[in-house]
Amino acid sequence: MAFAPSSTPSDTRARRTAGASEDIHLPATARDLVKILVAGPFGVGKTTLIDSVSEIRPLHTEEPLSEASARVDDLAGVRDKRTTTVAVDFGRISLPGGVVLYLFGTPGQERFRALWDDIAYGALGALVLVDGRRIDASFDVLGLVEETGLPYAVALNAFPDAPRHHTGEQLRAALDLAADTPMVTCDARDADSSFDALLALVQHLIDRHAPEGR
Amino acid sequence: MTGRRGGRPLVPAYLSTGGVARPSRPHLERLSVLTGTGTPAPAGLPAAQLALLDALDDGSLTVVEAAALLRLPVSAVRVLAAELMDRDLVLARAPIPPAERFDPDLLKRVADGLRALKHT
Repeated sequence: MAFAPSSTPSDTRARRTAGASEDIHLPATARDLVKILVAGPFGVGKTTLIDSVSEIRPLHTEEPLSEASARVDDLAGVRDKRTTTVAVDFGRISLPGGVVLYLFGTPGQERFRALWDDIAYGALGALVLVDGRRIDASFDVLGLVEETGLPYAVALNAFPDAPRHHTGEQLRAALDLAADTPMVTCDARDADSSFDALLALVQHLIDRHAPEGR
Repeated sequence: MTGRRGGRPLVPAYLSTGGVARPSRPHLERLSVLTGTGTPAPAGLPAAQLALLDALDDGSLTVVEAAALLRLPVSAVRVLAAELMDRDLVLARAPIPPAERFDPDLLKRVADGLRALKHT
């Protein structure tokens, strides 16, 4: 087993209120609310990552799909073809200094385009999760992120049974990533590892705004 | 190809807005912050509006949090919140003060904050 079960709960989780009646009201210190998309195909670990770092148990909204979306539905993960909604998970991290970071788990298929645009509005960037066992499942997402013009970083969610023969370069080539797009490996179940992936993205965003370097 | 078969409502929750599909305010974002003004609710306020108002009793919520809490689509909460704003029962503010929208310092605060959470 590649991953030691984390016996020490992360600080973030420890701050969560136990019990069913969790209070999700905003802390009084909340000032700047920002969001990052955690994008990827079904089952890649979006909700797992959000759960690892969120101070509240991840919440979700049921989002209606457009008619065009509903018609081409043959999607894995949504069994009922008449289903006209998709669940969008989100979590929240209150950072020191009054910044509250929201993470939105965003399904990245073209048929979710209208929903995607609404969620992506005003986002800082996207962390694209990739499953090394099915890299091609992430092509749609990457296309959508690039079309939207959102800056992004790629995080390879390290599933235990994922093939290990990929070198970073092979994977970058397979995903056709630009040279300056960060790619990291993470364990979405682990808070620190997930924080690191988010930090890789945010550092990338900072570097883009300061082309002369830090 | 024409519309959906049978004309079934997309989401029954839309009925919560009394059939109103578009908010009376231009744009409430998912992360717009809703706060109750403390003005007592008038008698006869529609139940769904009252439910949103009640949810804001104990503090502020973003639009998307209110939607999750009330189990309504975000679009329905946008309509309800706009109606409550029209009645001066709810205030909304943008997620980020407009002047700070492209402030590079904001990204640095996010990075510093994430590092601080990680290392504590």
